[in-house]
Amino acid sequence: MTTNAHDHDEHAHGDSVHEHRCDDAIAQVQAFLDGELDEQTVASIEAHLQECSPCLEAYDFETELRKVIAAKLSDDVPGDLRTRLISVLDRLESEGVED
Amino acid sequence: MADRARFAEQASPFIDQLYGAALRMTRNPADAEDLVQETFVRAYRGYESFQDGTNLRAWLFRILTNTFINSYRAAQRRPEQSELDDVEELFLYRRIGGLEAAALGRSAEDELMDLFTDSQVHDALEALPEQFRLAVLLADVEGFSYKEIAEILDVPIGTVMSRLHRGRRALQKSLYEFARERGAIRGPSPDAGAGGAEDPGRPGPETP
Repeated sequence: MTTNAHDHDEHAHGDSVHEHRCDDAIAQVQAFLDGELDEQTVASIEAHLQECSPCLEAYDFETELRKVIAAKLSDDVPGDLRTRLISVLDRLESEGVED
Repeated sequence: MADRARFAEQASPFIDQLYGAALRMTRNPADAEDLVQETFVRAYRGYESFQDGTNLRAWLFRILTNTFINSYRAAQRRPEQSELDDVEELFLYRRIGGLEAAALGRSAEDELMDLFTDSQVHDALEALPEQFRLAVLLADVEGFSYKEIAEILDVPIGTVMSRLHRGRRALQKSLYEFARERGAIRGPSPDAGAGGAEDPGRPGPETP
């Protein structure tokens, strides 16, 4: 990722087109997994992943890593918080608090 | 116009998510409970201005975030840096993608679950400067879209993307450092770089 494949002459040698597409795919991995790319870009990345196992492996890794991070950041809510909030709302309602 | 009497019924399904986010913001369970309570009071008072049919969850998170920024952040008196070192994309994958979980008959997800403890992931997120932490929290834990995060944080979408992408990469670097310190990964120091790999096929972890 330290060289910019866009600077290469894509037709000069066989691998540069491929490198270009890998660079693009990797640059967009986060937006892809976020579901923030347009349909055409998604289709083009999916086509690339079907034929490029290193990129597919990287995408899979990022997908799994996200699941693991989200799972490990889930917290148990203190049992009395819900009760406390409901009683606060009841009090506000009975006082008829206005801004 | 929304009916204030319905507020508790409508908002209570989001208590768990709001508390989780509050805990990541304040880094402290007592403050997190207070923050959620303050959010509920403000939301209750402002509920008549909430438009039925719009996104209640995003609206509540916006109030939570604003309350945190305006009240709790100031109280914490913690100097916040606003910059992050630039970390390359696929930072972790390029270093530990070669764990070869398949050889052990385990999924990559199981492998990653064991590699980091819950508290390491908490610490790594909480170590991010606030603006990056909030973006990563809202996207990766709460699942909000770029547009929703932009509205919650009141910044342009481009700013959300930049904070999110840089925050995630920094998070990966922290996780790598934690796992290395714990001896769960043998590999080069995070600042040694990945050898300028241009191919997504990564250099595997260094074996002694």
